[in-house]
Amino acid sequence: MSLFKAHYNLEKKSIWLVIGIIAAASVGGLVEIAPLFTIDQTVETTPDMRVYTPLELAGRNIYIREGCYACHSQMIRTLRDEVERYGPYSLAAESQYDHPMLWGSKRTGPDIARLGGKYSDEWHAAHLNNPRDVVPSSIMPAYSWLAETGLDVSDLGAHLAALRALGVPYTDAMIENASTDALAQATPDSDAASGVAERYGETTNMRRFSSRKTVTELDALISYLQILGQMTQTAYTAEPKEVE
Amino acid sequence: MSKIERDPVTGYTTTGHDWNGIKELNSPIPRAVIIFIIVTHLAALIGWILLPTWPLGRTFTKGVLEVDQKTDLAADIAAANTARADWMARMATLDFDAIRADPDLMARALETAAPLFGQNCEPCHGKNGIGGPGFPQLSDNAWIWGGTSEDISKTITVGINSAHPDSRFAQMPAFGRDEMLDRTQIGMMTSYVQSLSNGFIANDPSEAATLFQDNCAACHGEDARGVEGTGALNLTDAAWIYGGDAASIWQTLMNGREGHMPTWQSRLSTADIRMLALYVEAMPGKLQ
Repeated sequence: MSLFKAHYNLEKKSIWLVIGIIAAASVGGLVEIAPLFTIDQTVETTPDMRVYTPLELAGRNIYIREGCYACHSQMIRTLRDEVERYGPYSLAAESQYDHPMLWGSKRTGPDIARLGGKYSDEWHAAHLNNPRDVVPSSIMPAYSWLAETGLDVSDLGAHLAALRALGVPYTDAMIENASTDALAQATPDSDAASGVAERYGETTNMRRFSSRKTVTELDALISYLQILGQMTQTAYTAEPKEVE
Repeated sequence: MSKIERDPVTGYTTTGHDWNGIKELNSPIPRAVIIFIIVTHLAALIGWILLPTWPLGRTFTKGVLEVDQKTDLAADIAAANTARADWMARMATLDFDAIRADPDLMARALETAAPLFGQNCEPCHGKNGIGGPGFPQLSDNAWIWGGTSEDISKTITVGINSAHPDSRFAQMPAFGRDEMLDRTQIGMMTSYVQSLSNGFIANDPSEAATLFQDNCAACHGEDARGVEGTGALNLTDAAWIYGGDAASIWQTLMNGREGHMPTWQSRLSTADIRMLALYVEAMPGKLQ
């Protein structure tokens, strides 16, 4: 029982005991977290990964501001019922530009990780205005003021710059034109619209997201909801894992 | 100063401390606790051998069982697909007539389609397909793009005004906003279109009827019955997408309409889409 004797002696030396407790408690964290930065399979390679446009980012900020993540998860788990209902399970790479990530674990509403393109813009507009207009049994609150509130685009450049500091590959031109691009994406017939396509790709959703004449918070939020799960096609095109 | 004594009752020594006459026994750790520590450590050792555990730089120990959630999921899905492979294959390949003629297969189709409809179609088209403003009713017999299983499965596959390359396409022009008709004419046409639900009058000499023939008949037909498969509605029945009240019709004429139905090709399998088509085709009878 010499081990117990050593512990008995350690208990009498408080500083060493504290150091020992910290060392023992760190093992779990070190073993579980540290290897994620070195193990190859942690984040999948996604050559076609795109970044959020300023309008989508503004929508994402509204999503966070309104606390949507409290009831909607964005994380399809590796379970058959989830995959059959929502689509391919979420990959780590799909949220690599999410700061903070919005995976969530509570589902008062459904998971929305693959909501993009599932319903029309008109449905989203009607649903956000009053969910019960389209889904009578819904308990989601109405967000009718979004359509009445103009979108504040003045600080979007700063948001892009902050995300670049965290590793999101925004270019100088993207940061410089963030405010213009945000408005242009929702007004496809404007002169500035070509710049959005040039900087973010031809496949960017460029359209009026709601029937409002000006760009509102509703447009931004719908533009965000319509690209959920569409940031990369990796999850849809990857070969199904071999069954051994 | 500490002085270790032996307690005469229990036989254990004291810790040697003396707090105002109170002394503490230095009794050994209970056997149950020692056993518990040994058992949990053994369990951990077994876990290390069986399950993915230790990081090794760029990889990690996979464990003897080679447990992997993604492999498990693939096996789960493969097993489920094998169990229904027979009838799902028939669902994807047989003629709709052949499926309808097979009561067992048809029952499976309707049973499987119900939750698919609830998850994918109901948010817009409503419970039991009752529809809503902007979202066509499916439980009536007024079809815009055709009400047979073949037509419905095509609509589900390609969508309407969707991103699919073969998408169905339809647009109601903005006669007011784009100044094809003035406000007086829009008002006149609103009343006329509303009156069509009571019956179309052939050779009507009124100004509104003339305007209709000049501007609307190209799509909606000279008898205002629409042309199925073009997206132009039959205006003589009671079915509307955006509402048949004067305000809605006025809005439609003024600002035009362009609804969207997404393509479901990438989300649903061929068999899923065909089961949904059979389900939707059978909807009109159900509510009556």
